[in-house]
Amino acid sequence: MESLLYPMIALGGLGLAFGLLLSFASRKFAVPVDPKVAAVRALLPGANCGACGFEGCDIYAENVAAGKAEINRCPVGGGELAAALAAVMGTEAEIQERKVASVRCRTSCERGIEAYIYQGIRDCRKATVLPGGGPNACSYSCLGFGTCIPACAFGALSVQDGVIVVEGRLCVGCGKCVEACPRGVLEMIPVSQPVCLACNNADKGVQVREVCPEGCIGCGLCAKVCEAKAIEMKNNLPVIDGSLCVGCGKCVEKCPVKAIVVTPAGEEKIGARGE
Amino acid sequence: MHWFELFFGAMLVNNIVLARFLGVCPFLGVSSRMGTARGMGLAVIFVIALASSMTWLVYYWILEPLGITYLSTMAFILVIAAVVQFVEIVMKKLWLALYRSLGIFLPLITTNCAVLGVAVLNVREGFGFVESLVHSVGTASGFMLALILFAGLRERMAESAHDVPEALRGLPLSLVTAGLMALAFMGFQGIF
Repeated sequence: MESLLYPMIALGGLGLAFGLLLSFASRKFAVPVDPKVAAVRALLPGANCGACGFEGCDIYAENVAAGKAEINRCPVGGGELAAALAAVMGTEAEIQERKVASVRCRTSCERGIEAYIYQGIRDCRKATVLPGGGPNACSYSCLGFGTCIPACAFGALSVQDGVIVVEGRLCVGCGKCVEACPRGVLEMIPVSQPVCLACNNADKGVQVREVCPEGCIGCGLCAKVCEAKAIEMKNNLPVIDGSLCVGCGKCVEKCPVKAIVVTPAGEEKIGARGE
Repeated sequence: MHWFELFFGAMLVNNIVLARFLGVCPFLGVSSRMGTARGMGLAVIFVIALASSMTWLVYYWILEPLGITYLSTMAFILVIAAVVQFVEIVMKKLWLALYRSLGIFLPLITTNCAVLGVAVLNVREGFGFVESLVHSVGTASGFMLALILFAGLRERMAESAHDVPEALRGLPLSLVTAGLMALAFMGFQGIF
């Protein structure tokens, strides 16, 4: 009888003791959850991309509910989310336009000029430590190894003909790819901007010509023809101000190397004229 | 010297993952990134130290006096699960920063066989309380060492994944790598 009784008492007793301890602990150490945090969290997209600057949607929700973070920090939800959060928090929303990534290079290694043949690890960060910043003759160009692709949690990036292409429909504007690119080929532009620059080479025209047939030579024609004064030349490259651009398409027509391209948003305004 | 041997013997010679082959699922599961590997390793050290002292007490104060040591496995599972749950609740309340860094790994560790393995080993080797604590922390450090080394290897392999034949990409290559690491750890055999 003892051989049956002791195990039952011992294990049963242990189980009971632990059960009581846990139920006591869960009451005693219960952490109250702010209903506002839950409401904010429910509105957030839950992508946990970290573009807001916090570790994830949960942490951002806590900070918003506590009034420590601005409500327009989430680029994924954009203006609509900021408005919805404003309703929850009872504050005015500063609407921020959604941004998309754009590639400042369109010349693949196959078409462009290679300085040497590279057979190392196919990773942009590894390749940039080499002489000349990588195998491409142009030290500003996209290397096409796709280091930015795993950085994108939304699958908006892909390599086509050795150069990165952004699927604008999938891009939420978190900017993670811009951080991942060691060469600064990617930039964030407002989603409504009609044209964008597809070259990153800040050298003078002659040097650009030596390394790439399609690179921006810094002639400044685009800045001259722009009636809206949206283009300014800086470091041999045009800088396009998306808020001023009216989408006339003159810069696209005038560019001798066709380095200014029409974005999906600009296709309606400019149409196929620039092509 | 005895303590030194006990600690490093558990960490390197009898590495829990690479020599005893316990706790292989978290070893393969959370080793794809260095950051998570570090978090998991620290959480395992913490939980193993706590759970092995609790199981030692349960074994020598309850099971042995009653002559029911054959129930040790069951009792240990109960103790480990309860302790981990309890720690998680308390930690969430009192050390929120620590909970943030370890919290998500704690429920995973409840089912980590390395934790139960250490508790059983402590009893089987007849360790005293302090001995079993040193042995447990040594074993858990060995787990963390193996996990971090493996995570480093996997990060490098992921960067050069295109060189790997398609049939071997991902898990197959990870398993081969783990096998080679176990082979390398066999080199520690016999130093104590």
